[in-house]
Amino acid sequence: MTIEKIIFLVIAAVTLGAAVMVVTARKLIHSALWLILVLFGVAVVYGLLDAGFLAVAQVVIYIGAIAILFIFAVMLTRRVMNDTDSQNNQYWWVAAPLSVLLFGGLTWMLSRWQGFSTELPKLTPEAKSGMLKQLGQVLVSPDGYVLPFELASILLVAALIGAIWVAGDRK
Amino acid sequence: MATNTIIWLLPLFPLLAFFVIVLFTNRSKALSHTIAVGAALLSWLGSMIIFVRALQGDLPFEKAIDWMPLGETHFFIGVRVDQLTAVTLFFVAWTVLMIFIYSVGYHNFGQPKGDHDHKGLPPHGTNVTDKHDHVHAVPSIEPMYSRFFAFIALFAFGMYTLVVSDNLLTLFVGWEIMGLCSYLLIGFWFAKPSARAAAIKAFLTTRVGDVFMLLGIAYLYSETGSLSYNVIISEHTLEKLAEPAGFLGMSIAGLIGLLLFIGTVGKSAQWPLHVWLPDAMEGPTPVSAMIHAATMVSAGVYMVIRMFPLLSVGWQEGGALTPTMTVMAFIGAGTALFAAVIAVAQNDVKRVLAYSTISQLGYMIAALGIGAYVAAVFHLVMHAFFKALLFLGSGSVIHGMEHGVLHTGDHSVDPQNMFNMGGLRKKMPVTFLTFTIGGLALSGFPLVTAGFWSKDEILADAFGKGYWLAFIVLALSALLTAFYTARQITLTFLGEPRTKEAQHAQETKWTMTLPLVVLAVFAVAAGWVGIPAGLTGGAIPNWFHEFVVGTLPEYLPALEFNFLPMLLSMIIALSGLTLGWWVYREVKAGQPDPLAKLLGSFYTWMKNKFYFDELYDRVFVRPAYWLADTFTNKWMDRGVIDGFLHTVARAAFSVGGILRNYFDLPVVNGFGDAVGEGTKLFGKKFRAVQTGKVQQYMLSVLVFAVGILFYYLLSLLQP
Amino acid sequence: MIPLSWYLIFSAALFCIGLYGVLARRNAIAILLGIEVMLNATIINLVAFWRYRNPEPLYGQAFAVMVFAVAAAEVAVGLALIISIYRRRNTVVADDIDVMKW
Repeated sequence: MTIEKIIFLVIAAVTLGAAVMVVTARKLIHSALWLILVLFGVAVVYGLLDAGFLAVAQVVIYIGAIAILFIFAVMLTRRVMNDTDSQNNQYWWVAAPLSVLLFGGLTWMLSRWQGFSTELPKLTPEAKSGMLKQLGQVLVSPDGYVLPFELASILLVAALIGAIWVAGDRK
Repeated sequence: MATNTIIWLLPLFPLLAFFVIVLFTNRSKALSHTIAVGAALLSWLGSMIIFVRALQGDLPFEKAIDWMPLGETHFFIGVRVDQLTAVTLFFVAWTVLMIFIYSVGYHNFGQPKGDHDHKGLPPHGTNVTDKHDHVHAVPSIEPMYSRFFAFIALFAFGMYTLVVSDNLLTLFVGWEIMGLCSYLLIGFWFAKPSARAAAIKAFLTTRVGDVFMLLGIAYLYSETGSLSYNVIISEHTLEKLAEPAGFLGMSIAGLIGLLLFIGTVGKSAQWPLHVWLPDAMEGPTPVSAMIHAATMVSAGVYMVIRMFPLLSVGWQEGGALTPTMTVMAFIGAGTALFAAVIAVAQNDVKRVLAYSTISQLGYMIAALGIGAYVAAVFHLVMHAFFKALLFLGSGSVIHGMEHGVLHTGDHSVDPQNMFNMGGLRKKMPVTFLTFTIGGLALSGFPLVTAGFWSKDEILADAFGKGYWLAFIVLALSALLTAFYTARQITLTFLGEPRTKEAQHAQETKWTMTLPLVVLAVFAVAAGWVGIPAGLTGGAIPNWFHEFVVGTLPEYLPALEFNFLPMLLSMIIALSGLTLGWWVYREVKAGQPDPLAKLLGSFYTWMKNKFYFDELYDRVFVRPAYWLADTFTNKWMDRGVIDGFLHTVARAAFSVGGILRNYFDLPVVNGFGDAVGEGTKLFGKKFRAVQTGKVQQYMLSVLVFAVGILFYYLLSLLQP
Repeated sequence: MIPLSWYLIFSAALFCIGLYGVLARRNAIAILLGIEVMLNATIINLVAFWRYRNPEPLYGQAFAVMVFAVAAAEVAVGLALIISIYRRRNTVVADDIDVMKW
């Protein structure tokens, strides 16, 4: 049991626990706040996986923008939902076993894959340190991901315009 | 012109006249009667030419053509004029021509059209205003004038064809054409129900006779293979036909003759098929004269005269009569007496003459029956003349009476009833004179009338050959004939007018009285050609006998002259006439017939024709109606056939209903509906899946996805 | 070291929890929260595979960045829609928005 494993187990437990709270909290604002914890946990996992840029991006974008957006939305739609009622719909008792089954199935399917228990490959320190630069190059180089990069930016613009137009107050 | 050519032209002229009138000149009355009378005139001319040539000898004139191929041979038809044909042509030509001329006046040619005349009814008369503004009712012209002349022209064609033909087939053709014309002409005024019924009665009754005649012709053809007179009357054929037929002991020839004779019984109105002739008086008087006095009924007698050698096979002069001849004698004599008795009690002037005709035809047939060939021919020729004269005269009388009816305007008075007449000798002298001459001829007034010589010859034959029954019956009939003739003349012309109509009667036009005069001449003089040779001690030969007997294969000598029968017939005639005049000379208006009280209920029987019509109605007519209406119509047609059809229809309906209700609706419709309803139900139930709730959709997806996943994984477990 | 399987099991569990949230919550925003959890689980999966299978070219990370962008866009649009529906219908209960049916 190395230190990484312990860290990983703790973080996994926290994240999964926070996720369960997200989906079972009675008050919606609590769900949103538990979501922030989940996102944090995920960011740590990225760190464990040597994806430093992603960890930071996760915190900044997800927690800093998306979670805040959620909180805004909850606040804007507060009037209707009475928080004392049950938050579950009528078929939750089908969804629960289903999710468990799916988890079981997925795990079992993955376990049959021969690469299931591969060990962590070593990374050279140069690779580790040059990772950010290399990521940047990959994102914008023509034989890299420049096209998806550009498309993603167009998508973001479209989403932006769309969101403004849909949610806008039309007189 | 060759004689043979003229012969076949004789029927042709009237036939052409018929077609021309029917097709072209129907509208024009003057043109129609001109064509008809012209045709009769041409045929008359031809007949006279042939008669004159026949007198010069070299008979028979004949020509035949092969008409119908029959295997190896042909069926020949053609024309033949021998002595019998010549004398027949003589009287046919004269009477037909006279009757055609008479018809012009009878149907009131030259008179205005009637104001409410209908085609199919006798003309009513019309009102005419003269220059003094007096309104007179005058007779009107017959509306169907041209049609009448067309029909009598067709009839003349039939008669000429019958007379000049040389075989039984064309004779039968002429026979039937005359039957048709008889129907058409008796029912000429077709809107009168009595005329229609009389026409049908005439046609059907003669048809009964014609069926047997056709059987006889067929039998003859099957035995001899030919219908030509030349072949039938040859010695060879007659010998062959003398074989016994196996039927009641008759020879073949006798049986054939009997069957042919039944045709004559129908056509010449002998008992029992006599019932049509009195009813046939419904037709116009020229029709009665021509068809029922001079020509058509004479055709029946002509045919048996022609076939005499056939039906007398096995008979020798002076020997026993063949069965056929016996039958003829009985029927002829019996009819003569029977009809004469009925004639005594008839009041309609034409009815008396109708029964008189039946009676006289009986004389001729009786004469043939006892073998008096020449006497029969003689009486045939003479009877035609004076009977035509009598009928035309009665027509003239009726016209005069109708004039009186129009004058008084009282249409309830029957112009044909003799008891409404009287005193017409002053008003209609020509008619009176000619009618009396005809009546005297009919009665056999001694010496100066034709009827005397012919009737006397028949009586003499019966007397001389020893047929006492026939002689007594015929003599009695002669007495009655004289009686009713005198009765008729007395009631009609003598005494004083019994009604106002008779007072205002008028003589008729020359177109009607001229034929009367011409025929009266014949009625007087024609008999002198047949005076028995013995009367004058052989100085004047009996031309008629010598001429006509040439028709027979064997010479038949004239009977030895005996004064007794001649004396007897003179006494009978004179006494009958006197008796008749004496009984009826004092009958006044409104008085009944003096005989009625005398004879009592027998008179009623006489007046009602011995109820033969009623008997036939009961025995034949009503069962025929029953058969047609009840049996065939109700039971067979509607009951059986329609019942069968209705049952089939009902069965079809019920099968259809069963198929519909038990198969079509539940199974076929049901299946279709089930598909539809099932789909709808399925859809309704499945619609519930689409709740619109997204989470539920996802759940469904996931359920199945997990299911598939596990199925796949489980399959991986299997080796 | 930590075998790959741990990461995979972890991300599978996170994914299923998020799935439960999507399926079982009434509020539309709660459903979106569940979707976010699921997305994060997938991105973890992606990065784990990158690190353990092919760490030298950074294509795995680049891909993960794309997914990030898409997730962000989707959240923005989704919330905008929810707010629009809230304005119209005055409700954010997912079950009440059931117009897309027969």
